[in-house]
Amino acid sequence: MNRPATPPLAEPSGWHDVRLTVNGTEVAAQVESRLLLGDLLRDRLGLTGTHLGCEHGVCGACTVLVDGEPVRACLTLAVQCDGADLRTVESLAPGDAPLTGVQRAFHECHGMQCGFCTPGFVMTATALTERADRPSDAEVADALSGHLCRCTGYRNIRRAVRQALDERFGE
Amino acid sequence: MKPAPFDYAAPRSIGEAVALLADPDRDAKVLAGGQSLIPMLGMRLARPELLVDVTRVPGLDRLHVDGAGALHVGASVRQARVAADPDVRAGWPLLADAIGLIGHPPIRHRGTLCGSLVHHDPAAELPAAALALDARLVVEGPRGRRTVPAAEFFVATFQTAVEPDELLVEAVFDRTPPRGAAFAELARRHGDFATVGAAVLLERAADGTVRSARVVFCGAGSTPVRLPAAEDALTGTDAGEAALAAAAAAVHAHLEPGDDVHASAEYRREAAAHLLVRACTEAWERA
Ligand SMILES: Cc1cc2nc3c(=O)[nH]c(=O)nc-3n(C[C@H](O)[C@H](O)[C@H](O)COP(=O)(O)OP(=O)(O)OC[C@H]3O[C@@H](n4cnc5c(N)ncnc54)[C@H](O)[C@@H]3O)c2cc1C
Ligand code: FES
Ligand code: FES
Repeated sequence: MNRPATPPLAEPSGWHDVRLTVNGTEVAAQVESRLLLGDLLRDRLGLTGTHLGCEHGVCGACTVLVDGEPVRACLTLAVQCDGADLRTVESLAPGDAPLTGVQRAFHECHGMQCGFCTPGFVMTATALTERADRPSDAEVADALSGHLCRCTGYRNIRRAVRQALDERFGE
Repeated sequence: MKPAPFDYAAPRSIGEAVALLADPDRDAKVLAGGQSLIPMLGMRLARPELLVDVTRVPGLDRLHVDGAGALHVGASVRQARVAADPDVRAGWPLLADAIGLIGHPPIRHRGTLCGSLVHHDPAAELPAAALALDARLVVEGPRGRRTVPAAEFFVATFQTAVEPDELLVEAVFDRTPPRGAAFAELARRHGDFATVGAAVLLERAADGTVRSARVVFCGAGSTPVRLPAAEDALTGTDAGEAALAAAAAAVHAHLEPGDDVHASAEYRREAAAHLLVRACTEAWERA
């Protein structure tokens, strides 16, 4: 990537070289200190699957996996991710690969609805299925309550997550 | 919701971090998990010139129990890690319970225990837990290192004993006799900050009475509020109905919460009395 021209700023602002792995690919970028991870992904890397809703940590739409853990991309600076392993919704079923269990469950249970908040839910559900032991019902409820879906409610989303967990851990 | 420009530094030692914070030419702020600071930058409620990221300083990620049995939580130790730690769950379950009430998993994965203490939102759970557990806060700055007891640490809303040029290096929780712990809170929505919350620790004597009690509220003032009158009402009793009623009466007589858009003072007091009874009942079962 070429060094972007420093925009005229009222105050000094540093640029930093960061290296991170995004969906399995090594990325080297020069980022301004204040660049948020969500904006790095969407605007700089063209990965627009990660959606931004509230931009202050409440809605969960921007949730991505950083070193395997769900994290708010709107409350993380790109520069903080130097050396990190990042996964966005684009990492699931790339190209012609078959859908993951979580994606299939969202499809079959119609857990996606209008789709705006869905990438966040899918990444949270992906993290739940990657745990060593099956998460408890309370942990699933806690994880899903960190996402605001304004479509029709959570019934189908909960069914989808349950189906994905059943498939992964056995019923 | 985009922050104003600032510079970013990731020092590799405590000394380097403190030197950056103490630089008279730049208004610097510590960045830990960013889960409170980044929203404040986005809303332009804070406009520092430099963020000093303390999460890459070797050693600050230490979570351990020392030879004397005290728990040390370094500045970059994330809340989720504290709550999942077997030593914490066995010896300081109040911390795990308090963290379970913070936001949602992604917030707790990034947010640090120390960051929550320094940020000091009066509705936050961890400052109340730290006061209930008599935490010792180790602070380092250009004038050296000092240890501040929790009772002196929380000064006012969003204000603590940590000066702008200082770093909270670690929080230390001494080993205490086995006690039952519980944290009960009222929030408008699961995961929100508490409208009001109660942290309770109860120690059981050999004869089955309450040997000692600790009662601290969050969301009931500009700092966590300890209520000795409620502790006295519980100590020496069987933690039965009469004792719980006396403790609740002490809340009505002595707790002076404020009014805001979420709740009136009277509503908060009433809720606090109920939450205290609930937390006491739970803590006593675990004692
Ligand atoms: C959607 C959402 C919901 C939330 N819900 C809750 C909740 O229910 N209860 C609750 O308690 N909190 C809640 N939080 C806040 C969360 O717990 C934060 O993680 C915490 O308040 C701050 O910790 P941090 O590590 O992210 O600190 P940062 O955001 O990095 O820093 C916060 C402040 O503390 C200072 N600071 C941080 N660490 C240090 C240090 N070691 N030394 C000196 N100064 C330091 C910073 O300069 C800054 O001023 C919520 C946050 C969000 C976004
Ligand atoms: S956009 Fe990040 S939580 Fe809403
Ligand atoms: S699917 Fe429409 S907002 Fe959730």
